Amino acid sequence: MVVETDLVVVGAGPAGTSAALAAANAGLGVILIDEAREAGGQVYRAPARTLKASTKTRDRDAVVGVRLRAALDRSSVRFERGLRVWSIGERFRTDTAGPEGVRTFKAPRLIAAGGAFERTVPFPGWTLPGVMGLAAATILLKSEAMLPGRRVVIAGCGPLLAAVAAKVSGGGGDVAAVIDMASRRQWASVMLQLATRFNLLREGAGWVLGLARRRVPIHFASTIRRIDEADGLLSVEIGPVDGKGRARPGRSSLINDVDAVAVGHGLVPGVEITRLAGAAHTYDRLRGGWVPVLDAMGRTTIEGLYAAGDGCGIRGALSAATAGTLAGLAAAGDAGALDPDTLASKSEPQLKEAARLDRFSAAVSDLLALRPGQVADIAPDTVVCRCEDVRRADIDAAIADGAADVNQLKHFTRCGMGPCQGRMCGDVVGELVALHAGSREAAGAWTPRPPLRPVPLADLIGSYSYNDMPIPKPVPL
Amino acid sequence: MPDRVAVRMAGYQRGATVQLIVDGRTIAAHDGEMLAAALMAAGLWRLRTSPRNGTGRGAFCLMGVCQECAIFVDGRLQQACSVEVRDGMHLELRGAP
Repeated sequence: MVVETDLVVVGAGPAGTSAALAAANAGLGVILIDEAREAGGQVYRAPARTLKASTKTRDRDAVVGVRLRAALDRSSVRFERGLRVWSIGERFRTDTAGPEGVRTFKAPRLIAAGGAFERTVPFPGWTLPGVMGLAAATILLKSEAMLPGRRVVIAGCGPLLAAVAAKVSGGGGDVAAVIDMASRRQWASVMLQLATRFNLLREGAGWVLGLARRRVPIHFASTIRRIDEADGLLSVEIGPVDGKGRARPGRSSLINDVDAVAVGHGLVPGVEITRLAGAAHTYDRLRGGWVPVLDAMGRTTIEGLYAAGDGCGIRGALSAATAGTLAGLAAAGDAGALDPDTLASKSEPQLKEAARLDRFSAAVSDLLALRPGQVADIAPDTVVCRCEDVRRADIDAAIADGAADVNQLKHFTRCGMGPCQGRMCGDVVGELVALHAGSREAAGAWTPRPPLRPVPLADLIGSYSYNDMPIPKPVPL
Repeated sequence: MPDRVAVRMAGYQRGATVQLIVDGRTIAAHDGEMLAAALMAAGLWRLRTSPRNGTGRGAFCLMGVCQECAIFVDGRLQQACSVEVRDGMHLELRGAP
């Protein structure tokens, strides 16, 4: 059965939820779909169903998340939880899979707000159990109130480093070290650009002071060189890097007896829906990778298809909410639910806010952007594609054999063909191919194909049996 | 040497204590927890072996992207990061010890 409505919104993070609310307030029938059971996305993720803090939370993101979910509950938006979108078809058929099998929605307009996923640039040992993404550690801490281990190393880049370290340390864990690719000077320049964002600065300063008080060692302009397993624990070797992420000669040091490592090198926009629908995209290193071409309201180059949030370029949760509201208003306006004057007056303050936030988010995005030297430094034996165990050397050999773009590389090596569908390695593989192809544009991007997420075949088939197969009448001879 | 485990933070009320059966062995967890987190807390980091090299792998992204935590839950292949713990779940790890 196909459920029809005015607007389908995919992704219930700050962008998607704001979009759904704005469009519903303007009178559109809206179906909002998310993989999770609760709205909020990753930043405003709801705690586990059975988890309750004994004291009232002071975490700003947690409070915003509660408000967001309450606003959604009060609205006319129909929230479809726990559904994975696995295909987008003609204007705009949205196929999903969930615990109760497959379901299909259809609307003349669709807003893609699927958010981002985390990039981890490979190094020897990154596939060891107990090594996880920085965002994964955040989810453990926020949603499960769980420390990744008793003794934890936190590494990579961006503001999440200090946030995760502060949370682990505040929760009674031992942060063995924070390994930050950015230098003190780079941070100072970011702080300068954020100088008028007093709340952000105060929060950041709070984390850093907390770490200093607990004497957590912070290594700036450093990276993990490798991780080994020793006596059932992890041993982490770190060393200095330059501004481009390239290893600098010099002392490396070992951090031993580590339970878990959280490591993340920024975020990559998830563009599978906009790419599958055939919208134009452009490569934007600052904003994390390939992003859809949008107008100021979030319209893609495909009529009726809109996009908002980190899935259109990394700008953070505040920008995502603003972009979502604008896309929701645009969808309502284009559907005729808002007259042009009302649309303009409702959009104006949001457009101003978006421009203001853009300036600040650029400073943070710069910290999170892929550092080309770090990719160039990946050792030949290091596994790049986790799903298929494809090493850097296999990739370089395929390129030498004539693989000119990422899709040819995929055919040569199976790199990106495993169950994660190239999400974990795609950005790094694009960069590796670009080293030879000359640019990310020349290296290209994986061709998007359904299913966008793995779907059990049994769910797709449903109760269909061999006897249900329609057999056409034989052509009369 | 203490076990390498993820640690539940103090100061929270959690779901009722329940039991899961992992490859025939029983572990304790809390109702409603993320299954992948419950396995980490039980020291079960290694959830599968990689197809070519046969090296151990564990949950990596915890947000439904990496597929490293896909295990058999009551006979169905599911990502442990998107499943809530329920009492009596039968879990099969894929090629892990």
